[in-house]
Amino acid sequence: MIHSLFLVNASGDIFLEKHWKSVVSRSVCDYFFEALERATEPENVPPVIPTPHHYLINVLRHRIYFVAVIQSEVPPLFVIEFLHRVVDTFQDYFGVCTEAAIKDNVVVVYELLEEMLDNGFPLATESNILKELIKPPTILRTVVNTITGSTNVGEQLPTGQLSVVPWRRTGVKYTNNEAYFDVIEEIDAIIDKSGSTITAEIQGVIDACVKLTGMPDLTLSFMNPRLLDDVSFHPCVRFKRWEAERILSFIPPDGNFRLLSYHVSSQNLVAIPVYVKHNISFREGSSQGRFELTLGPKQTMGKAVESVLVSSQLPRGVLNANLNPSQGTYTFDPVTKLLSWDVGKINPQKLPSLKGSMSLQAGASKPDENPTINIQFKIQQLAISGLKVNRLDMYGEKYKPFKGIKYMTKAGKFQVRT
Amino acid sequence: MEWASQLCENRGLGSKMTDSKYFTTTKKGEIFELKAELNSDKKEKKKEAVKKVIASMTVGKDVSALFPDVVNCMQTDNLELKKLVYLYLMNYAKSQPDMAIMAVNTFVKDCEDLNPLIRALAVRTMGCIRVDKITEYLCEPLRKCLKDEDPYVRKTAAVCVAKLHDINAQLVEDQGFLDTLKDLISDSNPMVVANAVAALSEIAESHPNSNLLDLNPQTINKLLTALNECTEWGQIFILDCLASYLPRDDRESQSICERVTPRLSHANSAVVLSAVKVLMKFMEMLPKDLDYYGTLLKKLAPPLVTLLSAEPELQYVALRNINLIVQKRPEILKHEMKVFFVKYNDPIYVKLEKLDIMIRLASQANIAQVLAELKEYATEVDVDFVRKAVRAIGRCAIKVEQSAERCVSTLLDLIQTKVNYVVQEAIVVIKDIFRKYPNKYESVIATLCENLDSLDEPEARAAMIWIVGEYAERIDNADELLESFLEGFHDESTQVQLQLLTAIVKLFLKKPTETQELVQQVLSLATQDSDNPDLRDRGYIYWRLLSTDPVAAKEVVLAEKPLISEETDLIEPTLLEELICHIGTLASVYHKPPSAFVEGSRGVQHKRLPPRTGSGESTETPDVGQSGPSEAPPAVIPSQGDLLGDLLNLDLAPPTATVPSVQPSMQMGAMDLLGGGLDSLLGGDIGGSPSMGAGLGAAPAAMPASLGSAPAVGGGLGDLFDLGGGVGMPTGSYVAPKTVWLLAMKAKGLEISGTFARRGGIIQMDLSLTNKAMSVMTDFAIQFNRNSFGLAPAGPLQVLTPLSPNQTIDVSLPLSTSGPVMKMEPLNNLQVAVKNNIDVFYFSCQYPLSLLFVEDGKMDRQVFLATWKDIPNDNEAQFQIKDIHLNSDVASNKLQGSNIFTIAKRTVEGQDMLYQSVKLTNGIWVLAEMRIQTGNPNYTLSIKCRAPEVCPFVYQCYELVLKN
Repeated sequence: MIHSLFLVNASGDIFLEKHWKSVVSRSVCDYFFEALERATEPENVPPVIPTPHHYLINVLRHRIYFVAVIQSEVPPLFVIEFLHRVVDTFQDYFGVCTEAAIKDNVVVVYELLEEMLDNGFPLATESNILKELIKPPTILRTVVNTITGSTNVGEQLPTGQLSVVPWRRTGVKYTNNEAYFDVIEEIDAIIDKSGSTITAEIQGVIDACVKLTGMPDLTLSFMNPRLLDDVSFHPCVRFKRWEAERILSFIPPDGNFRLLSYHVSSQNLVAIPVYVKHNISFREGSSQGRFELTLGPKQTMGKAVESVLVSSQLPRGVLNANLNPSQGTYTFDPVTKLLSWDVGKINPQKLPSLKGSMSLQAGASKPDENPTINIQFKIQQLAISGLKVNRLDMYGEKYKPFKGIKYMTKAGKFQVRT
Repeated sequence: MEWASQLCENRGLGSKMTDSKYFTTTKKGEIFELKAELNSDKKEKKKEAVKKVIASMTVGKDVSALFPDVVNCMQTDNLELKKLVYLYLMNYAKSQPDMAIMAVNTFVKDCEDLNPLIRALAVRTMGCIRVDKITEYLCEPLRKCLKDEDPYVRKTAAVCVAKLHDINAQLVEDQGFLDTLKDLISDSNPMVVANAVAALSEIAESHPNSNLLDLNPQTINKLLTALNECTEWGQIFILDCLASYLPRDDRESQSICERVTPRLSHANSAVVLSAVKVLMKFMEMLPKDLDYYGTLLKKLAPPLVTLLSAEPELQYVALRNINLIVQKRPEILKHEMKVFFVKYNDPIYVKLEKLDIMIRLASQANIAQVLAELKEYATEVDVDFVRKAVRAIGRCAIKVEQSAERCVSTLLDLIQTKVNYVVQEAIVVIKDIFRKYPNKYESVIATLCENLDSLDEPEARAAMIWIVGEYAERIDNADELLESFLEGFHDESTQVQLQLLTAIVKLFLKKPTETQELVQQVLSLATQDSDNPDLRDRGYIYWRLLSTDPVAAKEVVLAEKPLISEETDLIEPTLLEELICHIGTLASVYHKPPSAFVEGSRGVQHKRLPPRTGSGESTETPDVGQSGPSEAPPAVIPSQGDLLGDLLNLDLAPPTATVPSVQPSMQMGAMDLLGGGLDSLLGGDIGGSPSMGAGLGAAPAAMPASLGSAPAVGGGLGDLFDLGGGVGMPTGSYVAPKTVWLLAMKAKGLEISGTFARRGGIIQMDLSLTNKAMSVMTDFAIQFNRNSFGLAPAGPLQVLTPLSPNQTIDVSLPLSTSGPVMKMEPLNNLQVAVKNNIDVFYFSCQYPLSLLFVEDGKMDRQVFLATWKDIPNDNEAQFQIKDIHLNSDVASNKLQGSNIFTIAKRTVEGQDMLYQSVKLTNGIWVLAEMRIQTGNPNYTLSIKCRAPEVCPFVYQCYELVLKN
């Protein structure tokens, strides 16, 4: 099981270590540092690193490497998932997961880590259970604690820990009962030079914020459930009911949680909401290159495309770019060769464009790589897959809750080749 | 702890709101102040003090002096304070075992507290304190907690058993905790079940054959019920445990699969992958014509695809596992090619894995798309990735025949880019395409030749030379091209040298008239000016072949080559089966059997997929080669083996990046070299016409004497190849099989097994060194402790090459008996120290005394008689050797092989009496009388010696020799 955890910051210093079994010397991290040195980019460090007696499994989040040390055969995904949970918990507790935040709360961090693993076995990783055991630090509570001498460690066994619904605590009370669901879809796509789609898929999630009194039992049904053939559920969802009726039936956790995530694969037809016209060319023997880029909406069901951000890694030979955006602002970093253009909203009547020239090193040959264009955007009130919630019902409690559904589409890894 | 001191400086007294305030220190007397605060009456002050202590502890300050004061704070009803004290205890108990005892009472009391949280906390913390004295006191509270009414306490106690087992395994067994733990599998609470399973699995890992997890249909049913209700982590433990179960029949298998499939929709990817493992294993038992089998196949694809949209590190583990799954069951993902397309900002480790899987999934249906993608990748920036993409194009050509033409033209386009490393990779793969489709694409040779000068990597140069040699008749200036390489012959790598030698011989056989000079030049370069034995050997073989029988030479050298197989770097089927049983583990990430892992190897048994039990399906072979016509025809050799598989034609490395599984097939290749290669050489038509040999008149004269005098080709080659059958040993002397002397887990990955032998009067210690660690081992040395007969190494331990991971090397160490003497217990015990670059390791072994029986141990009859009488009867020892079915002559011959000499034989009343003598290296004589009664398999042995303590060991030798 998980032996130890080291936290390493961007400059390669170990700033926290925690051992759940015997102490493993921090020199074991030398193997990690070697791998870090070999990697060209921080994110290229291999996730699993073997050493003579241990294996190091690491994830990079918020510019901190979380390096877990294991000694025997342990499923690597188990370790990675656990590390993700640690990151989420820190973020949940401290608002941000940064080196400074962790150092500021080092005692709470220790208490948390001690509570999350016992002898390397996960103990309590659900945020609502942890919060009953160890209260998150807030300025108010810290002040109150110092004055009254009360504690931020729960005295009682968390109620959810052993119940049939471990994700929900009992005795929840709200004056305003509300249940909000966000359907958020990210579209991953590769578009080739000519504008045709090579592959496109949608990663969707339904995130919920449920603040309901008592033990509500909810059902959520869809207009077109057939879209959801590849889904991962929160443990609260009754799988049998879904299999039989395609209805989501569940007792929700209290507060924020991810109800389900789904995947619409490349085999389905995926609508592509934006198109790009581009002309990035270099002439042999000239130290100038042309750069032209125009964006336009496509298959957006009449919704506006907003928060558009275009970025592209220009070839190494490019010294500078002199461009003229029709809207928004652009930057070009001559060191990293990263061009980024903050477009804003796409106006279908007046398409945004970025045109101009790039200067190359004098005498250098024509660059042979073609830059890929990365696009980010948001579309409100639209789930690009067409998924629509039909109705949300509540059983088990008498009051009438406020209900709300919001849709949003975002670009995930949306790439256009040139 | 730099960060902490920095922290102190930066923060100072400034931010009161955060924990960093605990780091602020007052000058001296800090410990004193803390002590005072700890003993304060005010609870709040106490707590703050403990917090300060903990903070100091985390930055590595020694606060152990406060031990008694902190422990005093333990008796409190404030839970936070209690937890903090426990944290402190876990850290310092080991260094202060005597004081830790002070805490025991509180622990025991807390284990009976009314609050289950406190009971659980106490038993949990006690298990973390690795002090023997404390563990003794732990047993009783633990026993109670295992039967506690509160499931939270029970589940904590279950884990505690695993902790205790880690500290003192014997204690756990003696106290019967294992049985209690097994009972918890039937607990009513799913969380308790999950933890019991997890604890048992961890204990089982250090108990190879203990059968702790005794799974039967009833327990399986309980596990499946708990599976639905326990936490995600518990689900992983239960699924991994289920995977080790072997269902009785296909119906049970199906019902388990049905209950496991809902786990495929879990949000935790580790749960998903563990479920995939169970399903992949159990579906092996389902008949393929079953509807459910098809349904299951369909259900497996979406979760695997979903894993690929997760974070990159999850993707990486998933991809490594998918690589196994598509080899075992390509049908699952055959329609999902597009999800493996590479995004330009994927981390490199994801890119390379995706590429691998794309090739495995390539088929006629999707090849156009795949090729377009690969061509796109070949223009990316990352060199490693580009290289692999180019190779992938070549592999597509070999895999999908219909696409070969398009692949070749794509490769030509890439060659036109003149990007150096692209050109070189392209040439390497085109060579493979030529081998797969001979006489089809040779029109491109001209283009390839244009790039000859730009090749600077050995593999590309060798490939190009092979092409020139193979198609010498179609290349007008082949001789010039090859000659140009010859100039820098000695600077080339061995790979290129070997290839050049073969290519020029081919050229000569094809165009004998113009190239005599060239071939003589290369032969003399290879045989006389080279230090490389491989090169010299091959040079001599060619030389001899050409000078003796050019027709045979032609048949051999220009023989039709076996085609290379379409799938490259497939994992060997038995390994694949084992890995499928370990989906989701480290083994599956490294594609190595679990036994290859150092610490993990303790309890791992080789797992096999269950046999299919369905009717009429049982004869089916593992369907690795399912993709249609690729059911390997016998003439096809795996292209990995072609490195050595075919001595006379190819020295090129396999067309793909090496995977860990290369080693076994490489060794197979080497066997081929000695077996098949030799056969074909000797099988050639030796009496052929010598007409072509004329040009080689001078050759034999130039040969070194050792070979030149060999009368027949066969003889010469026989000599050359006389590295086969191992060391020729004198008959009769028995050598025990090797036993493991040093376990890898005790020696940081070095495993040593060995035996002793006496060969032609020389004592040898035969060792097998195996590297089971992940890093290379070097600098081996050996030393013996003083021992009874003064055995000592007669030379250094000859391990010339570094021992790479997973490699085994056999060494024979000659021993002398002139070392320092000290009587050992038992007499034949030998203590050995072996050193390598990692550490020094000690082990002891026992040698058979026959090692010390010298060759001149035959005593004169008269002397024997006199000596026998001379030795007092007290020194005589009698033994029975049972169950020997040999007659006296055979027995005495056998014994003679081990230097036990029969001096006289007497037959009295159907009883054979053999009188025998033995002399030890230190000059001690041992005399023996062996009585053999016809029809009685039990021999009676009387041994007399002036040093009677050797007698039992001599008897051991008798028994060993006679029974083997």
